[in-house]
Amino acid sequence: MGMGVEIRDRIAKRAAEEIKNGMIVNLGIGIPSLVPNHLPAGTNVMFHAENGITGMGPSPEKGKEDENLCNAGGFPVSVVKGASYCDSTIAFGMIRRGRVDMTILGSLQVSEKGDLANWIVPGKKVPGMGGAMELAQKARKVIVLMNQTDKYGNSKIVNECSLPLTSARCVDMIITEMAVFQITNHGLTLTELFAPHSIHAVRAKTGCGFTIAGNVRVIN
Amino acid sequence: MENTYNKIIEIDEAMKHFRDGMIIMFGGFGGIGTPPALIDGILDNGFKDLTLIGNDSGFPHIGIGKVVSQGRAKKMIASHIGSNPVAGQLMTDGKMEVEFSPQGILAERIRAGGVGIPAILSDIGLDNDIVTSNKQTCNLSGKKYLVETALTAEISIVFAKKADPYGNLIYDKSARNTNPLVAMAGDMTIAEVEEIVPLGSLDPDEIITPGVFVDYIVPSKGVNWKWAWE
Repeated sequence: MGMGVEIRDRIAKRAAEEIKNGMIVNLGIGIPSLVPNHLPAGTNVMFHAENGITGMGPSPEKGKEDENLCNAGGFPVSVVKGASYCDSTIAFGMIRRGRVDMTILGSLQVSEKGDLANWIVPGKKVPGMGGAMELAQKARKVIVLMNQTDKYGNSKIVNECSLPLTSARCVDMIITEMAVFQITNHGLTLTELFAPHSIHAVRAKTGCGFTIAGNVRVIN
Repeated sequence: MENTYNKIIEIDEAMKHFRDGMIIMFGGFGGIGTPPALIDGILDNGFKDLTLIGNDSGFPHIGIGKVVSQGRAKKMIASHIGSNPVAGQLMTDGKMEVEFSPQGILAERIRAGGVGIPAILSDIGLDNDIVTSNKQTCNLSGKKYLVETALTAEISIVFAKKADPYGNLIYDKSARNTNPLVAMAGDMTIAEVEEIVPLGSLDPDEIITPGVFVDYIVPSKGVNWKWAWE
């Protein structure tokens, strides 16, 4: 998405703050996959993969890959102590039953009500929903990491999604390169700013209104 | 190896059970856990107009992707085809019909087929036209659900790490994925296995798929494609 490594890391680092000891977390591809790099040492978290791994660890060194140990995207991973394998129904059972505490994923659009549109660009790409609907609908907390705007400069945070929804009213938090937003029943609230961006600049690049939290944290 | 139950066969013998237009269900997730020799057998024998049911369409040269890329499927029921651009192109060109099902629900539909349950009730994608189209809904205790029908196939093909001559199977790490489900859902199930071990050498406690579900066992020569990360 034309986003520099530094900015991607800044977003990932902020998302990592949301992960608490003992959580089960599912990460999407892209920036979300950088989140584990920013966890404080000693954080005990089980990363969940839809293909049937609970307790995914980092990518193995080159030459030490195991073709039968891969994440849901088909790329080699390792496992941590306490990990387990299961079939796909069990992996999704964990999601639907509410055992997955958090999913961190990318998106094309998010509405002010928390509607998520991240699976189809009509007329262009119809890759299929994969596990996105179940994760969006059933993970206990849904965090979206994405650019504030698309490559044409249009805000990805909107009143109403123009793209087909993955799931309605499911997103709890949005982290972009400019700001952090919370979404509750009361709507969209800006809670944090990434320096040097101003609230004014964020407003100019947000396709809907938002309220401003009482005490906006500025992240340097 | 003693072939006590006459389940152990060579690939050529296995291929006699296939024909054009068949409904085939395959194990695997992104190509991992998809049986390479059976895939090549389908290709080499020219089977076509197939209906393929499985998690995804693999990569163009990996797993079921090889069959899809050669235009051998008229229809696919899957949750994702994003890793195989050829599949996307065939769908766009109207050369292959694709029916999408949310990933976990697809797995559960396969499981339902495998355990003799006609359908399951689901609340996944209730607000999504693509998921709900042509599906019945029902109300249960005041809540609306989709009726997601069970899936079965004429032949299921799976990939396992070890089998004994009865067809008891164990899988390797994340290559288990949809295989135990697919193994149950075929009218006939053929397991390609990396190693065949004598009866009694698998601990009954560690068996994932009981041999009851496995009709034939084909020895594997292992994966013969290059992975996307290689």
